[in-house]
Amino acid sequence: MITVTNIEKSFGQKKVLRKISLNFEPGKTNLIIGKSGSGKTVMMKCLVGLLEVDKGSIFYHDRDFSAMNDKERKSIRKEMGMLFQGGALFDSMNVEENIGFPMKMYTTKSPLEIRKRVDFCLERVNLKGVNKLSPSELSGGMIKRVAIARAIVLQPSYLFCDEPNSGLDPQTGNLIDDLILEITHEYNITTIVNTHDMNSVVEIGDKVHYIYNGELWWSGDKNNILTATNTELQDFVFSTELTRRLKT
Amino acid sequence: MLLLEQAGEYVLLMQRALSKPDKWAVFRNQLMNEFTNLGIDSIGIVAIISVFMGAVVSIQTAYNIDSPLIPLTMVGFTARQSVILEFSPTIISLILAGKVGSRIASEIGSMKISQQIDALQVLGVNPANFLIFPKIIASVLINPVLIIFSIFMSLAGGYLIAQLTDLYTPQDYVTGLRYSFSAFTVFYAIIKTVVFAFIISSVSGYHGYKVKGGALQVGQASTNAVVHSSIGIILFNLILTQLLLT
Repeated sequence: MITVTNIEKSFGQKKVLRKISLNFEPGKTNLIIGKSGSGKTVMMKCLVGLLEVDKGSIFYHDRDFSAMNDKERKSIRKEMGMLFQGGALFDSMNVEENIGFPMKMYTTKSPLEIRKRVDFCLERVNLKGVNKLSPSELSGGMIKRVAIARAIVLQPSYLFCDEPNSGLDPQTGNLIDDLILEITHEYNITTIVNTHDMNSVVEIGDKVHYIYNGELWWSGDKNNILTATNTELQDFVFSTELTRRLKT
Repeated sequence: MLLLEQAGEYVLLMQRALSKPDKWAVFRNQLMNEFTNLGIDSIGIVAIISVFMGAVVSIQTAYNIDSPLIPLTMVGFTARQSVILEFSPTIISLILAGKVGSRIASEIGSMKISQQIDALQVLGVNPANFLIFPKIIASVLINPVLIIFSIFMSLAGGYLIAQLTDLYTPQDYVTGLRYSFSAFTVFYAIIKTVVFAFIISSVSGYHGYKVKGGALQVGQASTNAVVHSSIGIILFNLILTQLLLT
């Protein structure tokens, strides 16, 4: 469980997050949606500690992450996995080394044990036989899957996904969504997904939070988002011709 | 003001970079890779430049000796002193600032813009230490080896001229090389090289690490790394020469 209480973040005079309070539940995919520039990426960066909040607190269970320094945060970071928008695989390492890297850093496992775990994770994301390929030899979908494999290799309690479908075709996007959903339920992970893809929302949105101009505007789930009466949310959800046609 | 701000940022980054590695086994692997990337890969260019540098210094020295009172053994002596005291440590370090400095800045800068540094941070790794520290240690250890190699190659270049021309004889050259040798000059060259190696790797690491934006900014960081490392080398060359040779 991650509990966010009244967090605020500004860049100069511009307020990006305004008193946001939220709970992210374990075993559920918690989606943060909103249009570009609404503050959802800043919020995710605050959650993982890439940015510091100006006010408010972030608790991982009973541990106050926002009050910790980098050294103290290390123990929580070992429980985190993150899927970045572009995958962020390390160019200097091949697929196997990328996935095994967190184990190399934080465990005393032998190379053989690491290799077995890497193979397991690759199988889990439906990739086999790509161990020795470098990131530049992978397609966009494969990069995302390898990044997911790296994110789950230490069996994290918290999984963060920033725009997991961006740059992917709809079919591959669905595959990634399904994978995130399966992994979340299978390992009871607290998963937080940043997206503006409505297909993802209705597919995997166990919990959905809509951010509008840095404020939490609406919370619900995939079952009631389409019937919500909130005007700004309606504008966002039915912003494309396709969704408008489906509505009518 | 900007210079002060950058100096402050540099010191703070070095504070994070020069700390105990998260895992020594991983650090050792990184270090071995950097020995190859920053040292072994530079052997070719160091060899070529050094041979030609030594040859040119020897020819120019011979050309300037037009008094019959000055023996031609002075060619070897002058070439040795010039190469050990100045040409190999300073010129080769400037060349390495261009080759290695731009490589370090662009490598780290590309990692920054593609969120690989963020990924390291989320994993709980200290990115400054993980990326910059092995490069600094590798440079500080391998550059003196490259400079010693450069000294030998330069002196060989002078000997080659003796063999190929009749400006001076090989015997004169070798006698000059052995004349009044002081081991301190080599020690001085190594001290300079270690300081220059630290400047190249840390300044380039800093410029790569602070990249914000895209490919254009990576290019700018790479250029700034070379320019600022070169200025640092020139400045510390003067300071160290003043401190050690006077």
